This record gives sequence, structure tokens and C-alpha cells, in this order.
Amino acid sequence: MRIAVCINNVPDTSSKINVEADNKSISQKGLTFTLNPYDEFAIEEGLRTKEKSGGEVFVLNVGGESNKETIRKALAMGADEGLLIKSNQFELDSLTVAKLLAEEIKSRNSSIVFTGKQSVDYDNSAVGTMLGELLGFNSVSNVVAFSIDGETITAEREVEGGREVVKTTLPAVITCQKGINEPRYASLKGIMAAKKKVILEKEANVPESKIQYLSYKSPKAKSGGQILGADVTAVPELVKILKGAR
Amino acid sequence: MKRIVAFVEQRDGVIKGSSFEVISLANRLANQLNSEFVAVVFGDQIQNIENAGNYGAERIVHFKSPEAVNYSPKTYRDALLELIKKEEIGIILMSSTALVKDLAPRLAVHLDAALVSDCTDINVSGEELEATRPIFAGKAFEVVKAKTPYQIYTIRPNIFPAEKESKQIKIEEIPLATVDQSIVVQEVKKSSGKLDVAEASIVVSGGRGLKEASNFKLIEELAEVLGGAVGASRAVVDAGWRPHSEQVGQTGKTVSPNIYIACGISGAIQHLAGMSSSKTIIAINKDKDAPIFNVADYGIAGDLFEILPELTLQLRKGLSSE
Repeated sequence: MRIAVCINNVPDTSSKINVEADNKSISQKGLTFTLNPYDEFAIEEGLRTKEKSGGEVFVLNVGGESNKETIRKALAMGADEGLLIKSNQFELDSLTVAKLLAEEIKSRNSSIVFTGKQSVDYDNSAVGTMLGELLGFNSVSNVVAFSIDGETITAEREVEGGREVVKTTLPAVITCQKGINEPRYASLKGIMAAKKKVILEKEANVPESKIQYLSYKSPKAKSGGQILGADVTAVPELVKILKGAR
Repeated sequence: MKRIVAFVEQRDGVIKGSSFEVISLANRLANQLNSEFVAVVFGDQIQNIENAGNYGAERIVHFKSPEAVNYSPKTYRDALLELIKKEEIGIILMSSTALVKDLAPRLAVHLDAALVSDCTDINVSGEELEATRPIFAGKAFEVVKAKTPYQIYTIRPNIFPAEKESKQIKIEEIPLATVDQSIVVQEVKKSSGKLDVAEASIVVSGGRGLKEASNFKLIEELAEVLGGAVGASRAVVDAGWRPHSEQVGQTGKTVSPNIYIACGISGAIQHLAGMSSSKTIIAINKDKDAPIFNVADYGIAGDLFEILPELTLQLRKGLSSE
């Protein structure tokens, strides 16, 4: 089975995000980029599917040259091959990204695609499900449990107040949520092997964006809260506030 | 002018609160754009369907089938696409729930639409819409404009007001002839009848300051007396004290309740990202220099093992005497 895993490169979640003075972009200064946390689950699920059903794991990413390092991380975990679809645009709308990925997945005859349920930069939670529609695959999003038996997939998706148990069939796209698995660490052997693996490159043909990005801003700063006290004597005051705020 | 559809969601035959926010927004935008809107819902029997008229809806299309009680991605998608074409809709408004996060991208593909998700503000500028949405889990915001003929906006729950405006509502039932069998929800496993952290108007969250898993009963008791949901920091979820479904933060849920009480949570930037849009934030933490106090409206810089039982006790007394 040809297994595709789509990953993204995002600022580390401990990063502070600063807006440039002209409000037209996000400052890149001091940002360290890393593999999108949800995509670790996607890589792991791809590797497990390969271990169970055979095949190969192909990793795709849309982004700049420096994203190769992140693709390399997926290869070190055990993926077989990588592809960087090169674009230097900082923000691309979800449908544009999905179309770039779909084209490559189609030409490689993958029958299953794993992605993270969302990328923690622009937080749209959209690319994976869009891929399914573009490819004509079944898709299940926000998946916390996954199993495959022949062509049949059972997936549990997290919804408000519980989980839905979903049955579907290949070909399929699965977007992964925390809880689906415990991603492996790359072994030293894996890291060494990754250095010899191929990362293909291709220039992205980016169409005009569907969304115009007008400006960026920082959240309003809170004007210092009020400390009511340091022990139980402050409780009556807090009770009053809670009753008022309800 | 672009006509609007307001997507309404039911669970167990009851329209969700966040759907009234969508209807109310559709009503406001239709007025401002000198346009019209229609609400749409899927399901079987829906108890409070007329309530859509309390928020300005004059029409609601009800796609009806006993099999459409649970979400059926392709059935919902195809029925909506047909409705959008038939009613000459240009703007699709939805609440950013788990269901919509699955449905909206599907619609966007087939309409070749801009999908603007999780908006916290939408305004009319000239004859177009300008939307504000959080990025990097709320560490920044972007203001955007969709450039496509079809535009989909999903809104973050509990941010937009559900404003009352009484209208005579016409319910238009359309039976769903077939329900798709290629992606089927076989069963819904409910998590023990508790409120979901993403939907509650009061959230009481605990962190590592609780010291051990069993001490979370202090959080549960306070949440219970307030009628709220239990939340957790990433540290205690990773430690296995609490399920991931309760995790608040960048790799958990983003919440914006009326009241958020953070107990024994220091306030890592990832946690703050998930809850800083809450309306009133209360922090209880021993360390008066903890970053959580920077976003808190009120705080007690003291020992939660003394404060929480006393707070629960006083609230229990106070609320029962109301």
C-alpha cells in the first residue's frame, strides 16, 4: 500500500508571535520552526499501517527550502521518501495547499493519506478533509482511534461530549488527533538512515490566493488583574465576583 | 447582493446554543448587506426548531430523515450544495464545531470557496465582509477578506452574541431520500453525561499544582457546584491524570467561556493561547509571579488545598439560599 503523510512546519508552540510594525506580516525574527505536533501522530499512524499492511510511506510538505529539515525528521522516524513542494509564500489558503498536495498524491497512486487534524499556525483544520474531497477519497477527521482490516476502516472521531465510531473504506484520508497513538522517537540508526533517503523537490505552481490578508494584530493586552488575597479570607469576595459573572 | 445561509446543528433533537449565534449573525449581516438569509438544519424530530424564529430567522429548511440524526458527511454536503445553488446563496455561516470542521472544508472544495475559519469578528466593509480570526492559537489575529464568489465563514462559539429578534418562522421540511453509506457513524460514545469543556459557559481547570490525580476531586466539586465543566492543563493530561478531551491549550481545546477558573496552573504560553479569550478569568495559584496572573481578571495567590474546599462550600451555601 502506498501511504502518503502530509506534514507541516510550524513555529514551536512555546514561541511568542510578534506582529511587524506595519501590521502587514508576522515577524520571523527569533521564531524556531518544528514539525507540527499533530503531524507526529500522522507519521506514526502511517508507519504503523506500513508495518501491518506493507508498502511505503511517502511524506509531503508545502513550504520553503528550510522545511527539508522537518521532512528529514519524518524520514528519521521511518518514512521512506520525502517531497518538498516549494513555495516561499508565508501564508497560503487551505484550499490552495490542499490542491498542491492532491496533485502529487494522485500521481503516486496512494490509497491512504494521514495528516494532522490541524496545523498549529493558521489553525484552519481544513487541508486534510479538503484533500479527501479533491481526491474523491472517503475521509474521517479528528481521529483518536484507527484500525484497518483489508479495505475496511474503523475510526473514532472526537466530537463535543464524546466520540463517533465511524466505518468507511479505502481509499481514505485520516486526520489525526492527539490520543490516536504515541509517536516514536527517531532512533540513532533512523537518523543515520534518513541522511541517505531522498527528498524530492518541486516548484509549487501557486494560483492567486482565495483570501486577501489585510492586516495582522496582537491580542489586546490585559490591564493587570486584581489579586484578592493570599488565603481563605479572600474567598467571600471571590464568591461575590463569581455570582456577578454568571 | 449575496444571499446567506445559516447552518444550524442539532444534537439529540435539540438545536445547539452556538447555532443561535450563527442565526443572529446571519440576521445582522443580511440587514447590513440588504440581503436575505435562510437557516438550515439536518435531523429527525427537532424539539426547539421554532426557536430559530426568536433570533431573526423567517425560514428554516429542515432536511429530515431518521438516518440523518447522526452526522453523515456526504449526505449533508450534497443536500447543502443543492440548497446553495437553488437559493443562490453566496455566504455560508457556520459555528466552528467538530461537525463543521469536517463539513466546511468539503463544501469549500465543491464551491471553490474561500474558507475563513474560527472567526471572532465579522463586519461589513462597503459591500464586502471583513473577518478577524485568531492565528497561532490566539497569539495573534489576522483580518482577511474572501475573494471568491462563494464564501464560507465559521465562527468561534460563545464569542458572537445571540440577539433576540422575534420573527414568524416558516419551517420547510425536505425529506432526505437517501443517506450515504460510504462514511457511516455507527455509534456515538458519550463521555459519561458530563459537560464538554469546549461548550460549557463555566470551566474549572486544574494543573500540576493539584499534586496528584486524586486531588482533582477538588476541581470536580467546584465545577459541579457552579454547573461547569472540568478542564486540564497539558502537563496533567500527559501525566495521565485526566483524559485528552479535557485538555485546554494549543494542542487541546480552545475555550471562551464566561468564567474560566485556573487552579494550580502556572500559565504556559500554550495554555494561555487556549483560554485567554474567556470573558472572566480567575486564577488560584501559590506562586504570585506565575504568568497565569498576567491574564487573570481576579486571583488568589494562595494554597489551593485551603481555598478550593472553602470556595466550594461557600458557593454551595450561597447558591442554595438564592
